[in-house]
Amino acid sequence: MGLEPIWIAPFDFKSNAYTNSATRASSLNHEQTNYTTLAPSSQTIYNYKVSLIKLKNLSLGYNNQSILENLNLEIDEGDFICIVGPNGAGKSTLIKGILKLLKPQKGKIVYNKNLKQNFVGYMPQETKVDANFPASVYEIVLSGTLNRLGARPFYQKSEKTLAKNALKTLKIEHLARKNFCDLSGGQRQKVLLARSLAATTKLLILDEPANNLDRDARTSFYQTLTDLNKQGITILMITHDLDHDTLIGNKVLSLRPGSIFFGNVKDFYKKVHHE
Amino acid sequence: MNNLLEIFSYTFMVRALIVGVLISLCSALVGVPLVLRKNSMIGDGLSHVAFGAFAIATVLGFAPVEFAIPVVVLSSFFILRLSENSKINGDAAIAIVSASALAIGTFAVSVVEGINVDLNSYLFGSILSLGESDVLISIILSIAVLALYILSYHKIFALTFDQKFAQSIGVRVGLYNAIFAVLCSVVVVLGMRLMGALLISSLIIFPTLSGSQIFKTFKSVVISGVFISSISFVLGLVISYLCSTPTSSTIVLVNLAVFLLAKLLSSIKNT
Repeated sequence: MGLEPIWIAPFDFKSNAYTNSATRASSLNHEQTNYTTLAPSSQTIYNYKVSLIKLKNLSLGYNNQSILENLNLEIDEGDFICIVGPNGAGKSTLIKGILKLLKPQKGKIVYNKNLKQNFVGYMPQETKVDANFPASVYEIVLSGTLNRLGARPFYQKSEKTLAKNALKTLKIEHLARKNFCDLSGGQRQKVLLARSLAATTKLLILDEPANNLDRDARTSFYQTLTDLNKQGITILMITHDLDHDTLIGNKVLSLRPGSIFFGNVKDFYKKVHHE
Repeated sequence: MNNLLEIFSYTFMVRALIVGVLISLCSALVGVPLVLRKNSMIGDGLSHVAFGAFAIATVLGFAPVEFAIPVVVLSSFFILRLSENSKINGDAAIAIVSASALAIGTFAVSVVEGINVDLNSYLFGSILSLGESDVLISIILSIAVLALYILSYHKIFALTFDQKFAQSIGVRVGLYNAIFAVLCSVVVVLGMRLMGALLISSLIIFPTLSGSQIFKTFKSVVISGVFISSISFVLGLVISYLCSTPTSSTIVLVNLAVFLLAKLLSSIKNT
């Protein structure tokens, strides 16, 4: 099934055409996407979006086996994209590719020149971090600024300020001196988020950040993410929470073998209902 | 008191003290990431490789420390690479490497005639028979380990806590893992002269375990580990002299006692 027209398209100055983010996603089987571009309105022209990351014919996988094939899509500045799909569909693989932890088998990933390499805030799954690790919250958050250190061995004042600001943004300054192992699950996730924020002001990439949180902690965590997104940070999040009552973000990338969807949230639900 | 003064009137005791404190300190430092990354057995595996290398160096007539360091460094790269590769069981890799090295060492010594090697001193250390050159090389290498550790401290923290994140923000994971592997290898080779192949890993593991019972930040675990390790060494050395017990095992037992004490303190604190 092809992708439907989703929203009024921004103008692509280079190709002199109106494009639609939703139509930039192509599916595994190279289906012809069936869409119409709509005439510009004054609103859309002012809303012209800057593409942060472009995936061009991207194939990713391990040991000569592709998990994702020929993926084409653009992540715009200010997007909050939920990545969904069954286990093994390639959600984490895609993130690894974007983070340059995994080399593309084919195609390429083009980064906006304002998005410096390594200045992406990645937050791994909670289970990958040892909850009993002896470290203070401040030590952990400060380590987010290591991308500025290069070969320099010690932190400077500017990096310490960044870490403190990240704590402030998430309203957890009072936890700075606490031990990571003494925190609740929700607090721990905020600390890891603060570490990512210390690394970036542009793009957060989160891998199932709310998996082990109870309902309240999850709601509060998602609210924090929504607030950060409103402040202009682009977010890419792998999640399983796509019930209507936990609706979050503006776009969905659904990876299912043979059928890839990339578009806005409403259309995603329409598509789900259709099926 | 007189007894104490008497202890350090002997050159061999002073040498043991200087080298021992430096090496205890370095082992405590490399122990923190090893223990926290659940790679404690790597220290043990490398010490067996060092044993094999020492034995072969003796058979071939090479200087043992100079020969053992590159061999152990290479093995540490090999073990670290294997343990990162999820297809191969890291524990099994270490067991294979360490058993093979132990076998090669013993084999080499036994087949070559006319060599009088005291295997015991390799297995349990020969802390009281350090020569002047041993002292010099230990001091230089320990200072190098200390300096390199301090310069890489923040990166080592990030790699220990969350390697994937560190990688994602551009920390050169390969480089710092290699630096760390070199640090571990140097510490193990130096420590082997002191404690022997069978006991050196205790100097690496105990201080971190004891420190992390009481302290809960990375920096405090590192600093407490350094103190615990040095103090346990001095205590062990003095006790072994006074009670005429084997030095290396006395030091390990003091470390064990400190660990049990720390465990007790932490359980009292938690109740």
